[in-house]
Amino acid sequence: MFDLLTFIPRAVMQSIPLLFGSTGETLTEKSGNLNLGIPGIMYVGGIGGVIGAFLYEQSAAGQMHALPAILFPMLGCLLGSALMGLLYCFLTVTLRANQNVTGLAMTTFGVGFGNFFGGSLIKLTGADVPSISLTATSSFFRTTLPFAKTTGAIGQLFFSYGFLAYLAIALALLASYVLGHTRVGLHLRAVGENPATADAAGISIAKYKYAATVIGSMIAGLGGLYYVMDYANGVWSNNGFGDRGWLAIALVIFTIWRPNVGILSSILFGGLYILYLFLPSANLAMKELYKMLPYVVTIIVLVMTSMRNKREDQPPESLGLSYFREER
Amino acid sequence: MKQKLFHLSKRKELPWYAAWAIRGVAILLALVVCGVVTTAMTGEDPIAIYKTMWAGAFGTSRRIWNTLQYLALLLCVSLAVTPAFRMKFWNVGGEGQVLMGGLATAACMILLGDKLPNWLLIPIMIVSALLAGAIWGGIPAFFKAKWNTNETLFTLMMNYVATQLVAYYVIVWEVPKGSGKIGIINQNSHAGWLPTIAGQKYLLTILVVAILTGLLYIYLNWSKQGYEISVVGESVRTARYVGIKVDRVIIRTMLLSGALCGLAGLLLVGGSDHTITVNTAGGRGFTAVMVSWMAKFNPIGMIFTSLLLVFLGRGSSEISSKFQLNDSFGDILTGIILFFIIGCEFFISYKISLHRASRKEDK
Repeated sequence: MFDLLTFIPRAVMQSIPLLFGSTGETLTEKSGNLNLGIPGIMYVGGIGGVIGAFLYEQSAAGQMHALPAILFPMLGCLLGSALMGLLYCFLTVTLRANQNVTGLAMTTFGVGFGNFFGGSLIKLTGADVPSISLTATSSFFRTTLPFAKTTGAIGQLFFSYGFLAYLAIALALLASYVLGHTRVGLHLRAVGENPATADAAGISIAKYKYAATVIGSMIAGLGGLYYVMDYANGVWSNNGFGDRGWLAIALVIFTIWRPNVGILSSILFGGLYILYLFLPSANLAMKELYKMLPYVVTIIVLVMTSMRNKREDQPPESLGLSYFREER
Repeated sequence: MKQKLFHLSKRKELPWYAAWAIRGVAILLALVVCGVVTTAMTGEDPIAIYKTMWAGAFGTSRRIWNTLQYLALLLCVSLAVTPAFRMKFWNVGGEGQVLMGGLATAACMILLGDKLPNWLLIPIMIVSALLAGAIWGGIPAFFKAKWNTNETLFTLMMNYVATQLVAYYVIVWEVPKGSGKIGIINQNSHAGWLPTIAGQKYLLTILVVAILTGLLYIYLNWSKQGYEISVVGESVRTARYVGIKVDRVIIRTMLLSGALCGLAGLLLVGGSDHTITVNTAGGRGFTAVMVSWMAKFNPIGMIFTSLLLVFLGRGSSEISSKFQLNDSFGDILTGIILFFIIGCEFFISYKISLHRASRKEDK
């Protein structure tokens, strides 16, 4: 029997990093920046959190308090991913470099950075521990609402997650609102669709691109933080995050650039990602084919939207292009 | 009114030596930064570190052969994606196309290895690898040509479909059952192994890629099709106006691009690895994008840019084993150098002048 009551919470837990990643990437892409560095940024966000938590756990020596235990990793994560976003903007907006190349270089760098510090942090700090296991910090991130255990199935389905999960949903809704219903959102979309027109209307292209990309990177970085601190119980394993960053980019297309759609779609993706664990009859080889599903579904959506050619379903018009005012 | 301090303008063509001087300075700066970072991590003297890197890449003749083989394989994938880039079709699906070529090769070796003699098997392997790569590249191209589907995102997704297909077949063909890997294919019979030349295992791969470099240079710069690719890349409207069938050029070029990636898969599986895993392409599909771009899509220039990246990769793996650092250290160094090279292109394409100077001219 297919056990929905365990399947759905697991799917939701899988979905949260994807949701953070896709919300961040949607904001970024709306400004016309196709940031293929997101997978790297999510690694940096994750390891930033690990470094923050590691330093705090080392200095606190057993007497940890909830607030700094959450703030330090959070700060490390946001700082790391914001710096990555800034670097991307500096190269693509200020120096007008090719976005695909910059993004791929950032992914190489970010994944390397994460794995390097994940593997060498202990040696570098000379700490006296066998492996990085931040279970104490993780327990703060995993704290659920007190009534999650007492409300049965409802509690398990809706309240059994750490606070970052709810933050992901809130941010997706907020991003959706800002993009669709505020002047800032309107300006941002204008920058992504047609920067020349936006420029003529007096909108500062560089400012919007920088802001959207850096904020987007920080949101995406939180996905890495959630993965390490909540999903993986505070244990960093090299390449453990896997290809979730690319899946997050796929999700942006799947949701047709709408963060609020991302909430349910990311759960769908998360479900597809782990579906193979819940299909008893499938043999090992078939399980590999099931893992293909999220990507195939994304391709179908991408093709369908381009075939239907509805204007509101298209990628931002100038996605992937640098803007130089005097080049028209 | 607010007066900006700097004024930017697009440069006319810089003489080649000035452009390369700027790039040289950027690489030098990058090496200095890398040296500082490495010293901070290891506490070693940076000169010693670069010596270690050099030894890792070129220290012994065995290492030189290894480096050359890595160079050839990366160059092959970079050459493959280049025709597509010249027409501004962002093929970031090299990874998947290489894997599909490798998968087709492995399939021939496993399924036909004991049925056909080598002189027949190898041509079949070549054809199927090229075909598999071409199909994998052709699918996104078809949709791009027909419905203008975003090719960057499409080719990106195709990578993971290919990865999972390989993962599926690895389990179907695994030897021994339950091990989760294929192991060396036809270890005893050597059926389907590409021949070795002059006793050097890697020489064939290197020669094939060297010839390919020359051919592609000629194709892109002196053939009618190469010219059509450039026109489409410059402006689709111009291409339509002069009567180039843009759809056909897109599909034809991507079939070529995919087929050459398939060739890289063939060389990897049939020539050097004799096995296939999901990591067979090893990120080359992505690295190739950077190699090709850094060389300004010029096949000859790509020899140097891929050598730079291969040197960094081989050298820093030597550093990490010598100083007991994590393997990923190489990726950090590669990233830093790439950032510098990416950034320096700006100073080649644009001129920065102080604003005051330009105002005087107005008077």
